[in-house]
Amino acid sequence: MGSMTRRSMLGMLGMGALSLAACGGSGSNAGSNASTDTSKSNASGSASAKVEMITDTGGVNDQSFNQLAWAGLQKLRDEEGWEISYLESKQDADYNTNLDKAVDDDCSVIWGIGFAMTEAINTVAEQNPDIVFAGIEATNEKDLPNLTGVSFKSQEPSFVVGYIAACMSKSGKVGFIGGMESETLKQFEYGYYAGVEYANKKNGTSVTYQGQYAESFTDAAKGKSIAQKMIKDGCDVMFHAAAAAGVGMLEACNDAKVYSIGVDQDQAALFPEYDTIITSAIKKVDVAIVNVTKGLIDGSTKGGQNILLGAADGAVGLAETHDKLPDDVYQAALALFDDIKAGKIEVPDTKEKLETYKKSL
Amino acid sequence: MNKVEKFLRGRFASALVAVIIGFAVAAVVLVAAGYDPIASFGALLSGAFGKPKYISNVFIKATPILLTGISVAFAFKTGLFNIGAEGQYILGTVLATVVGCSLNLPMPLQVPIVLLSGMVGGALLGAFVGWLKAKFGIHEVITSIMCNWITFYLCNFVVMSDAFHKPNSTSAVPVNPSSYTILFGMWKKSEAGKQFLAGIPWLREILLKTDLSAGFLIAVVVAVIISIVLKRTKLGYELRAVGLNRDAARFSGIAVERNIVLSMLISGAISGLAGALSITGTSPHTITLLAAMEGYGFNGMSVAFIAGCAPLGCIPASILFASLIYGGMSVQQAMGVPSDIINIMIGTIVFFTALPGIAPFFANKIQRRREAKELASSQGIERA
Repeated sequence: MGSMTRRSMLGMLGMGALSLAACGGSGSNAGSNASTDTSKSNASGSASAKVEMITDTGGVNDQSFNQLAWAGLQKLRDEEGWEISYLESKQDADYNTNLDKAVDDDCSVIWGIGFAMTEAINTVAEQNPDIVFAGIEATNEKDLPNLTGVSFKSQEPSFVVGYIAACMSKSGKVGFIGGMESETLKQFEYGYYAGVEYANKKNGTSVTYQGQYAESFTDAAKGKSIAQKMIKDGCDVMFHAAAAAGVGMLEACNDAKVYSIGVDQDQAALFPEYDTIITSAIKKVDVAIVNVTKGLIDGSTKGGQNILLGAADGAVGLAETHDKLPDDVYQAALALFDDIKAGKIEVPDTKEKLETYKKSL
Repeated sequence: MNKVEKFLRGRFASALVAVIIGFAVAAVVLVAAGYDPIASFGALLSGAFGKPKYISNVFIKATPILLTGISVAFAFKTGLFNIGAEGQYILGTVLATVVGCSLNLPMPLQVPIVLLSGMVGGALLGAFVGWLKAKFGIHEVITSIMCNWITFYLCNFVVMSDAFHKPNSTSAVPVNPSSYTILFGMWKKSEAGKQFLAGIPWLREILLKTDLSAGFLIAVVVAVIISIVLKRTKLGYELRAVGLNRDAARFSGIAVERNIVLSMLISGAISGLAGALSITGTSPHTITLLAAMEGYGFNGMSVAFIAGCAPLGCIPASILFASLIYGGMSVQQAMGVPSDIINIMIGTIVFFTALPGIAPFFANKIQRRREAKELASSQGIERA
């Protein structure tokens, strides 16, 4: 009897722990932004259209790309009266089948959100040549006429926050933590580094840069430990491009009371518990979704290409929260965007360009 | 005993009643959240069975959870609770990927070797857990949970290792196409295949738009074999005897320790096979960086308990579960119901199917009422 009770108790404990662990990855606050999306008639939209998006495994409430993309679609619904919907992918194996389900739904445009969907969206677009596809960070790799890949010039906002970091550093050392090393992630790093060098030149300082990759987008503990090491080395402003792993960095900076810089979204607003976040380098996925969808539907954007959006398109920028930044630094940073827009500064996105840029300063 | 009572005492009724109650409770949840339950269930059904290719996808989704379900059910029948099916599944995917992308043999050799390597991985992990239990008496639930995490991080390590990482991606290098278990994989993409399929739209849809593979058939064969082993062999008899009463089994001369290790080894091999078949059968044919457990092992537990831990019962249970998961996505698309509500819906249905006592409970009620009535009438007769 005694051993039986213990046995079933253990079993239940185990089940509980595991089901918690199994659910941990998915978001939990759906309610608010998942209203039923049949068309609203009050909008002044042109012709009726149906736009659907497939999230990657982050889900629609990932506080990042998927959530922003969905916000963009909701804007299209409210402004144009178009029908919108989304499908969440729970596993990588879901990408193909989910895209295929959207195809069955007679959509005008189907969005795939996230780099991880690249292969799936190319496959499905190839199978359905009469349907228009578009991907956020998922590029057209097979030169398909019906797939538009939308990416961002990550180096541009990174450059500006690099400038801010160098201006705000007292110790003369700033740090960067990337997620997994890839060409896309390197754009952040090179842009940031170039921004630091630009500030050194302009302010006559000699702030040094160090960067490291966490080899993970999810391991917050690892992001934190790398950040702690960099802070110990003297870094007092840190920027990350490491998604959830970077949240560990934000925490470490908060603990050590050194400045941190967020990425993709306004992370100061997102994480009010960390009060040393001075700014964030943001990608306006929602703006991109709205503009590109409209363009694809009215024909002003030609399908079948890869589009790179940057400061000139209003698709990247700084977070709205800037109360911890001195006003002169903030204004100078905004002015940098104007310089980038005007083509006065060309931000490097590869190692070679970074070297030439450093020499040109 | 009347017909209704008899039906309710059957195993099938338990599942059926539970599914109905599950749907009823799910309907309440949907109404509470402000969604039309009838339309939602309609979307679920048409999303799972509305087109030939959807049905194909349901079977594809059912394959791994059928196997992990058999794995859990088998262990359970022998008195062991294999929570480690998830880890054994992951190790199966890892080894199948590593072997499948390193070797490039002709298909008749490559496929068995890749599948076997996945099975060996799961089997060794299972046997390790069984050995810890047999040798040191450490509870298999504890050790297999630990092993789940170890294999989880091992998988991420292999994905990121220089030898197997696919540059600029979050996944490992895919296995060589000779490892694919997709049905008609080469033929369906050839000109002759395309021409033939153009005449049969439904088959074309299934073959070209889904990764229909031999996986489900293999899983069904495994279910049959395990069922026979448990019921009709000396090995199965011994294993079940250990499961029913360890001390009595030892007393009658059965090597209990050996049987524990053997049971976990077989259970692990089945979960490992599930992992290997996922790699060979569905794109992207490789392992990717995991942010959270994908839940094949845990869903397998649900399948096993819906089926009352009968290996053959796992077949319909896995199809039910897969159609809920796959059709559930369409509820989101068609109705805008957030995935959390859909998960609650699936959870409710599984919850009630996992309560085997519900249908017999109603049977007892009917029986009591009948007996009371009979008693009353017989007393009436006596008085008269």
